[in-house]
Amino acid sequence: MHELSVCQSLIDQVEQIALDHGSKCVASVSLKVGPLSGVEPTLLQHAYPYASAGTVAAESKLVIELAPLRVSCEVCGCETEAQLNWLVCGACGDCHTKLVSGDEMTLMRVELITLKDMNNV
Amino acid sequence: MCETCGCNITSGNQSIAQQVIKGTTAVTVLKNLLAKNDDQAAHNRQHFDKYRLLAINLMSSPGSGKTALLEATIDALSDKYRIGVIEGDLETENDAIRIRAKGVPAYQITTGTACHLDAHMVHDALHHFPLDGLDLLFIENVGNLVCPASFNLGQHLNATLLSVTEGDDKPVKYPVVFRAANVVLVTKSDFLPVLEDFSVERAELNLRNLASIAPVIQLSARRNLGLQTWFDWLSNELAKQRARISKGESARSKTQSDDVRLSLRST
Repeated sequence: MHELSVCQSLIDQVEQIALDHGSKCVASVSLKVGPLSGVEPTLLQHAYPYASAGTVAAESKLVIELAPLRVSCEVCGCETEAQLNWLVCGACGDCHTKLVSGDEMTLMRVELITLKDMNNV
Repeated sequence: MCETCGCNITSGNQSIAQQVIKGTTAVTVLKNLLAKNDDQAAHNRQHFDKYRLLAINLMSSPGSGKTALLEATIDALSDKYRIGVIEGDLETENDAIRIRAKGVPAYQITTGTACHLDAHMVHDALHHFPLDGLDLLFIENVGNLVCPASFNLGQHLNATLLSVTEGDDKPVKYPVVFRAANVVLVTKSDFLPVLEDFSVERAELNLRNLASIAPVIQLSARRNLGLQTWFDWLSNELAKQRARISKGESARSKTQSDDVRLSLRST
């Protein structure tokens, strides 16, 4: 449901970055999204064309890298793979773990095309 | 004239300005997708900290008893603490009216079709809401176990409610919102004798499997069961927050994220 809001916020950031670098056209936008971020990559992909329509990012490609779910145990010190609703230590089973990766929804990279490149196309 | 909005580019220097970056430019950002919301949330928290209050975001399914819990909390604690409530619903002033009837200031945010509150909505509400003198500010989020967990409002702590009529596997089904909880309140506990399917122990085990060490408090707002444990938790957390503020620190709820760094690479 809220993926459109997330996409609109993303587009705001992308527009500002394009403006800061004097670009009027965005080629690609790369994100890293974890399973515990609360956003669904598929829904983000669906919402992206609507959020980017009429902006510098209208023609851009959205690339989503999935972040792995990993926890680090405060008791035994092991770092293990986890599952969405099973975040205890995979080695000793203790629930005192810290999430190492898996809740991020990060804008990693924006690829911009300058006006000069566009003229050459 | 500045270098951020593009107003320094004129017809005279346009050709030079637009040729500054040659080729494709890859900008490495490493910023949260909701950076704007997070910035606003941080600003909201500055307001809360300025007034030395403790802000708690209540999240749950619709109908799990958030407003009833607030009514019971106000009844018991309004002599001891000054309480304020920001209500979030898609439509109606109903919840704010219920809270105001208890003699406590309440502001209703109606989100229209939005399924969650965000930091900007809460900030707008703060303009209509005197924080001066408040000890506890409750933000009752839109009843929804999905979206509210993604949007930081500037709150210090999250309380997630789970009513016994919903099923004890809710933490398994909605891990994001339960993982974000600083306290989990199992509400409507007076129904437990007739709801054989719900096990508080199983609900707690499901929560622990999310690597959550949040306390689980079983209570009934209507029948006045277990409320004292919740009130003690509130008093304790307010004292801890005040101690942090005195040391120039604050608490941040778990939905908060940080910008990592900003850099530029041209090819």
